[in-house]
Amino acid sequence: MMELICPAGTPAALKSAIDAGADAIYCGFNDETNARNFPGLNFSRDELRKGIALAHDRGAKILVAINTFPRASAVDIWHRAVDDAVNAGADALILADIGLMDYTARRHPSQRLHVSVQAAAANPDAIAFYAENFGARRVVLPRVLSVPEIAEITRESACETEVFVFGGLCVMAEGRCSLSSYATGKSPNMQGVCSPPSHVTYEQTAEGTKSSLGGFTINRFGVSEPAGYPTLCKGRFSTAQGAGYIFEDPVSLDATTLLRGLRDAGVTALKIEGRQRGRAYVESVVRHFRHALAALESGSEADIASLKPFTEGQASTLGAYRKTWR
Amino acid sequence: MNDPSAVSPGPLPTIPPLVALAMRPLPLLPLQLVLGGVLQRIHRRNPAIFDRLGAHARARFGIKPIDLPFAFVVEAKPPRVSVVRELTPGLDARISASLANLLALLEGRVDGDALMFSRELVIEGDVEAVLALRNTIDDAQLDLATELSSLFGPLGAPARRAFEAARGHVIGSSGQGEQSR
Ligand code: SF4
Repeated sequence: MMELICPAGTPAALKSAIDAGADAIYCGFNDETNARNFPGLNFSRDELRKGIALAHDRGAKILVAINTFPRASAVDIWHRAVDDAVNAGADALILADIGLMDYTARRHPSQRLHVSVQAAAANPDAIAFYAENFGARRVVLPRVLSVPEIAEITRESACETEVFVFGGLCVMAEGRCSLSSYATGKSPNMQGVCSPPSHVTYEQTAEGTKSSLGGFTINRFGVSEPAGYPTLCKGRFSTAQGAGYIFEDPVSLDATTLLRGLRDAGVTALKIEGRQRGRAYVESVVRHFRHALAALESGSEADIASLKPFTEGQASTLGAYRKTWR
Repeated sequence: MNDPSAVSPGPLPTIPPLVALAMRPLPLLPLQLVLGGVLQRIHRRNPAIFDRLGAHARARFGIKPIDLPFAFVVEAKPPRVSVVRELTPGLDARISASLANLLALLEGRVDGDALMFSRELVIEGDVEAVLALRNTIDDAQLDLATELSSLFGPLGAPARRAFEAARGHVIGSSGQGEQSR
């Protein structure tokens, strides 16, 4: 059966994920070394050690995401994060930067390495490079591939593949988007946060809500229209042809209906996005996919709850998995 | 510890306007004393509870239940709750939602983002401070029935049952998540 990899932004969410049936939980330290560096989120060293002990006790694994790109002159912060995660007993490290992978492979040769989605390894040659040079065992594929492409890559790769099945979408070649840097001076690649909340404002007006990021209006939502977070690539533009989304709609990925195709493509693990979301999200989404996977195994019809209430804009998409454009 | 099951992400009930109207003349001080006592108790039991607020530990949050004729101003350092008729300007952030949604959020039974996407939760002011607060509360795994009943000393057990019944009434079942299908 494919593994279910679940997010945790707090120790309480980690416990919820285990209770709901996660095979593995990914989390990060409460600093710029991980790509979900939001206020009040993530783990201290002590919390990580306790989380790993709890997970191992319950038969689950902990994958530690150290998936931002080290700043010149501050590489030590990232090296320390790697050392501390290894010493805490992490089952795998999720890394994006080749320098950090090199450091880890040399310093901790027996540590299991996963290639983060942030590395944007989207073809067998790139994946082979990580496997041959750093012993990477798994690659998290970017969210820009169709299911047939995933099947082809998985067939040709020495690495296991992991793909996203639910949550927020990042539409650019991951790890290479500078929109957030341009608008706020902070990026997911360096500071671990895209469209940081410190730069977000919501303004209530008679017509509804205006959301802005760093002074740029990203969207206006009518009073009863579903809303979204003002992520830069999800802006709504007014043009002579009317108003609409150009890069991406405020929607969430939901690949529940594609699980069979992903299994047949040889995918090893399914990942749920959302370390910045609360316990209620983790609990419901993990349970949903646990039931869907059980139904897939037994060949029965999945009688599972809709995840629509947890989606951004109250709408979901199959993203690039089923391409209607290129 | 509360049952972490998520409640239905669909709309939760609101306080009927007539009930809210009847509450309008009630004095606010007794409620302030009770809530202040609960907050102090939570903080005494777990002094690290507000560490997740980080740089926002001194922020003043205005919480407005949209179906009640009063609001709350909450501070973490030092832990303090004021009950007010109206929120005044000068707060770092304001959070408005129905009482049921606010209570469910407090217990981590609903997802804050989901409430915002469906427009049932409105945030104004310092969004980063609100996120830090949301994450702090979500990790705290609060159980309001336990916290409130602890104020009742030897009558704690029956008080807890009463609060659990009231919670079931206001924010729905405390059992398995009755998700929308
Ligand atoms: S702006 Fe959009 S595409 Fe760019 S990093 Fe953020 S989520 Fe990804």
